[in-house]
Amino acid sequence: MGVKVIIPTPLRQFAGKRESVDLEANTVAEALGSLTSQFGELKKHLYSDDGRLRSFVNVYVNDEDIRYLQKEKTTLQQGDTISIVPSIAGGTE
Amino acid sequence: MLRVGEALIEKIHEHGARDYPNECCGALLGNDEGANRTVLGLVPLVNQRNDSPRNRFSITADDVRLAEKEASAKGWELIGWYHSHPDSPARPSEFDREHAWPWYSYIIFQVEKGEPREMRSWRLDDDRVKYQEEGIEFISSVPR
Ligand SMILES: [Zn+2]
Repeated sequence: MGVKVIIPTPLRQFAGKRESVDLEANTVAEALGSLTSQFGELKKHLYSDDGRLRSFVNVYVNDEDIRYLQKEKTTLQQGDTISIVPSIAGGTE
Repeated sequence: MLRVGEALIEKIHEHGARDYPNECCGALLGNDEGANRTVLGLVPLVNQRNDSPRNRFSITADDVRLAEKEASAKGWELIGWYHSHPDSPARPSEFDREHAWPWYSYIIFQVEKGEPREMRSWRLDDDRVKYQEEGIEFISSVPR
């Protein structure tokens, strides 16, 4: 399926300064895999060392949070748009 | 260098004092001109960490998208975030680092016994290992 991944502003510098990347994928996992194999620098900002999506990284397919779909196994349709949106967290020691 | 108007600094300070002893948080909207950035507006947000608001803050992805929309409606960008450190220095914690992305400016300010104190701004290195301090230039009026 041809899908579009919207790159959040802070990460565009690691994706050839692109606002979005068009790629072929059948699932969200495939799309993110293809994205990070094209742009390896993105990996450490999306995934923690154990290979899981960072807790503050949220992925949407056409505005639907994948946590309420089938997470990274969510299947994609031709023309779907995937957005990566951080939630912001922090604190003191 | 991060340029911030005094009126906006005051608003951030007020937010930190009002929410003390809890952490406050919000979005920084403005222009990114490469080496220099200018904060032109704020979106004060609700700290969603009800379980431990005194030493943690969290902003939902929905609020992030709201702040992005507000920025683009004004022709600006969402350039970073501010949060308070109640009774704790204005430097990023390890928890801050684990949850940060490069590029964003992270303003951190100390609120000591309810009084806003030192304010500093930080940007995470591309390798995520440490932060660099970004100087804050306090300006009396915001240029358009
Ligand atoms: Zn912090």
